[in-house]
Amino acid sequence: MTDLTDLGIRDIRDGVRAGTFSAREVAEAFTAAVAAAKPLNAFLVETPEHALAAADAADAARAAGEAPKPLAGVPIGMKDLFCTKGVPSTAASHILEGFTPGYESTVSQKLWNAGAGMLGKLNMDQFAMGSSNETSHFGNVVSPWRRADGGNAPLAPGGSSGGSSAAVAARIAPGATGTDTGGSIRQPAAFTGISGIKPTYGRCSRWGVIAFASSLDQAGPMARDVRDCAIMLEAMAGFDPKDATSLDLEVPRWEAGLNASLKGKRVGIPMEYRVDDMPADIDALWQRGIDWLRDAGAEIVEVSLPHTRYALPAYYIIAPAEASSNLARYDGVRYGLRDLPDGANLQEMYARTRAEGFGDEVKRRILIGTYVLSAGFYDAYYSQAQKVRTLIARDFERAWAQCDVLLTPTAPSAAFALGEKAADPLAMYLNDVFTVPSSLAGLPAMSVPGGVDAGGLPLGLQIIGKPLDEQGVLDAALAIEERAGFVARPGRWW
Amino acid sequence: MSVDIATVRRIAGLARIAITEEEAERLSPELGNILDWIEQLGEVDTAGIEPMTAVIANRLRLRDDVVTDGGIRESVLANAPQAEHGFFTVPKVIE
Repeated sequence: MTDLTDLGIRDIRDGVRAGTFSAREVAEAFTAAVAAAKPLNAFLVETPEHALAAADAADAARAAGEAPKPLAGVPIGMKDLFCTKGVPSTAASHILEGFTPGYESTVSQKLWNAGAGMLGKLNMDQFAMGSSNETSHFGNVVSPWRRADGGNAPLAPGGSSGGSSAAVAARIAPGATGTDTGGSIRQPAAFTGISGIKPTYGRCSRWGVIAFASSLDQAGPMARDVRDCAIMLEAMAGFDPKDATSLDLEVPRWEAGLNASLKGKRVGIPMEYRVDDMPADIDALWQRGIDWLRDAGAEIVEVSLPHTRYALPAYYIIAPAEASSNLARYDGVRYGLRDLPDGANLQEMYARTRAEGFGDEVKRRILIGTYVLSAGFYDAYYSQAQKVRTLIARDFERAWAQCDVLLTPTAPSAAFALGEKAADPLAMYLNDVFTVPSSLAGLPAMSVPGGVDAGGLPLGLQIIGKPLDEQGVLDAALAIEERAGFVARPGRWW
Repeated sequence: MSVDIATVRRIAGLARIAITEEEAERLSPELGNILDWIEQLGEVDTAGIEPMTAVIANRLRLRDDVVTDGGIRESVLANAPQAEHGFFTVPKVIE
């Protein structure tokens, strides 16, 4: 029998339905794989009992002849940004260490309602702020990938959803939730050779997701292939009255709608994404992606998104500004850490608690956000950034007159080594150069593996779509997937 | 744009984050570099452009004005660092 951990979401779902194997066998295989993968540091909390209980429920329902739930028998990993009832939820921070929510996030509840089980809570950059997982309070996740140079330099799994990307790439989870504020699903997916989609802003409820930048945060699935992402996204999306920005729309049947033929579709290539110091491997992959989509029947058109270069600086005003406001709630009063030295007053308690509880990158972003929102600077920074955001969204709207989706690289490099960029915040921020513009415009965007670089590390291609056109994004990604023939996988060293 | 140490202290005070002298010295050039890089936004002509308020057009909903939650005091207080007599407790704020 094949190793069950080699199976993705679709194969597990179908195999359990057909009775080829039981959900219990699947859950046992993955919980054992999780328990044996400690060196990756991908999981902060393991919840085998949750995965096994969901599996037993799936098996019992099948034995009773009930109609199968969409994800019956599929165990998944849950990013620690999602609040899970009775299971510690920390956003990989010290300030929320020990916090055990008395409620369940809408997205995780939807997944459990669909029959999925939870393998555990996944490590991440602290409060989703980072691109390498090095800002986690609980130590960085190590990518399962190694460069093919014989060296064993530990590599970044990307961030912020780095526990999710590492777990799926290492085949210790067939799928995982991620969240994406400026690229936190797509960049880690690209770094680890898996697929991940950020849907249109408002598709997935933000209720119960620990907030970073509310106008940008979106949940999405990370999985082994495009179809698995479609299946999982269907279970995660949907209207939620508890989120004021949730879209009151039917969830399309994305899996059933998958169609890799792009006949009659136009694919835009944004000229401004041709950055000066683009590595040759990535440029070559982008060209192969263009050829693949043309082969799938699409017409290729060059488009211009003139404000692209201003997206990253606008993002690093807007996201920290929203974060400084959102993270004001961590004050040592209602939950989490409290640092109250003898004789300290309330103000001192706030300041000490936050000094102790937040990591350096989180503090840096709160300070930047506080600065740009402070008296006298608000118009010059925040208002200007929101106006530039309008222009960036307008660039995309104009492009849609010429094309149906856009094709770009996902990240400007393959995975870098842990520690390589940690000393320079700006160098780290620049990693999001291709993912941030679509985040600012709220557009659906996906990373799909395209190949490997000279060092044998995965590279991703990004498809950006029109608002609400996840189907168009998934279809183009599927057309790439079918032609890229990406089969590379990390050798097991853990 | 330079961010001097006094400014770092003022911002940290507004953000309610205690910082040491060493941290203030380290943060001063770090924040300055980031703000320098952000300054390029000033080049963009935004005359007549409205600031973004919603990325996806969405009408704000109103729900019926009825109680939908409550009666869960124990659950609300369960994660409090300190709670007494059914309340969150903090150091004395009134002399």
